[in-house]
Amino acid sequence: MSDKKIVYATDRKYAESHEWAKPEGDLVVIGISDYAQDQLGDVVFVELPSVGATVSAGKTFGVVESVKAASDVYAPISGAVAEINESLKEHPETVNKDAFNAGWFIKVRPSNAGEMEKLFDAATYQGKIEAGEIH
Amino acid sequence: MNLKRTPLYDTHVALGARLVEFGGWEMPVQYSGILDEHRAVRNAAGLFDIDHMGQIEVSGRDALAFVQHVLTSDLASLDLFQAKYAILCYADGTIVDDTFVYKLPGKTKSAPPQFMIVVNAGNREKDFAWLNAHRGKFKVELRDVSDQFYMLAFQGPLAESVLQKLESFDLSKIKYHHAREFNIGKERGILARTGYTGEDGFELFIPAPHGKHVWDAILEHGKDAGVKPIGLGARDSLRFEAKMVLYGHEIDAHTSPIEAGLSWACDLTKDFVGRDCLLKRKLEGVVKKLVGIEMVDRGTARQGYEIAKEGNPIGVITSGMFAPTFEKNLALGYVAPAMSALGTEFDVIVRGKPLKARVVKTPFYANRARGK
Repeated sequence: MSDKKIVYATDRKYAESHEWAKPEGDLVVIGISDYAQDQLGDVVFVELPSVGATVSAGKTFGVVESVKAASDVYAPISGAVAEINESLKEHPETVNKDAFNAGWFIKVRPSNAGEMEKLFDAATYQGKIEAGEIH
Repeated sequence: MNLKRTPLYDTHVALGARLVEFGGWEMPVQYSGILDEHRAVRNAAGLFDIDHMGQIEVSGRDALAFVQHVLTSDLASLDLFQAKYAILCYADGTIVDDTFVYKLPGKTKSAPPQFMIVVNAGNREKDFAWLNAHRGKFKVELRDVSDQFYMLAFQGPLAESVLQKLESFDLSKIKYHHAREFNIGKERGILARTGYTGEDGFELFIPAPHGKHVWDAILEHGKDAGVKPIGLGARDSLRFEAKMVLYGHEIDAHTSPIEAGLSWACDLTKDFVGRDCLLKRKLEGVVKKLVGIEMVDRGTARQGYEIAKEGNPIGVITSGMFAPTFEKNLALGYVAPAMSALGTEFDVIVRGKPLKARVVKTPFYANRARGK
């Protein structure tokens, strides 16, 4: 059945709350991990902030609704929202299909460059999940 | 807390299920995904492990008088092997549990018919204790027989044709809410045309040691028909679309069957525990009514969310989700009777924001099984 292998992309950083952050020019792209989408199950709705809104590291910036439940999404870093993934409005299932690329949530202009350093690399993130330290 | 596991636990793990706590049990919530499983049941058929549900046997000379006394439905008119939905009420008319009652032959030829009450997993001990406390002078024996039967549900438009491959007798002869016996070796099981999905289908009470064998056989024989194992996630979304209430959501110890829209399951012409209070509620009118709700604005209503009209609270959501069959955000909830007419608009407060919603007809999904 669901023998799908969880992927931990190594080209980005992760927060304990399962969001990823990946620098792209002056901006940082934010989404949720493959592990997170797998745990949520079928995503049916994604609520995102408006462009221009401020997000703060560790604070919620959006909500993902699966059939079962609503889950908060936390900002891995602080900054101003420069872009949101409009296509998730019509196609929330993209989060399940391609959490690391087409399923990105927002792009942020970071206000504190040091925050990226506090996030986990892929191996550490994977290790913490497999050790049951975070779930 | 130690969670109970059904004997099929390892089978679920091997099938790739995600397991969650439900009513004190560790149960599969999904295998291939809730949407996929939901559609499999609506379009083909799906197999559910529902062995966490309890079965209580009522036997003895006063078995009928006792079930008539504690349950809301009229059970005197049941034929042997007929089943009926019935509610256990507290004296004040609120709900202990909702159940399915089967009338079955007595153990011996001379014994009177006995009854099997199928109860919710999380209420099993509470129900058994409650029934015992109400025995009074009734000459009855109460036994929790949950461990003797392995309970599976097999639901969907193709359930009958797949199951027919495993059974020699003509399944089309089993009418809606009727059952019959089957044998595995010398052991007796019960096969009933009942369910909790809004589809045609069956619930099986299998002699416990054969549970896995039957599970495997149904999946094997149903593979080509698109039969899939179904978790509690889709069980919830299927029952929700068919407006079948769930204890802890639409009904509980603070709700009566009248406001839950379950008057049809209460025979107020007979005497039973809670009857006087139900009659009073019915005559005086209820203070809230269960209605179907469709979100007009984008957002999902969830259990516990407030319903408001012009800023004033008028009700609460009991279940809400993205309904897979309709691809819409739907909900069930209690509102003041004045707000319950079809088309009435109000707000559901979703994470602090009022989102527009309106009352719609229920069941969302017209029960295909009904009227069989």
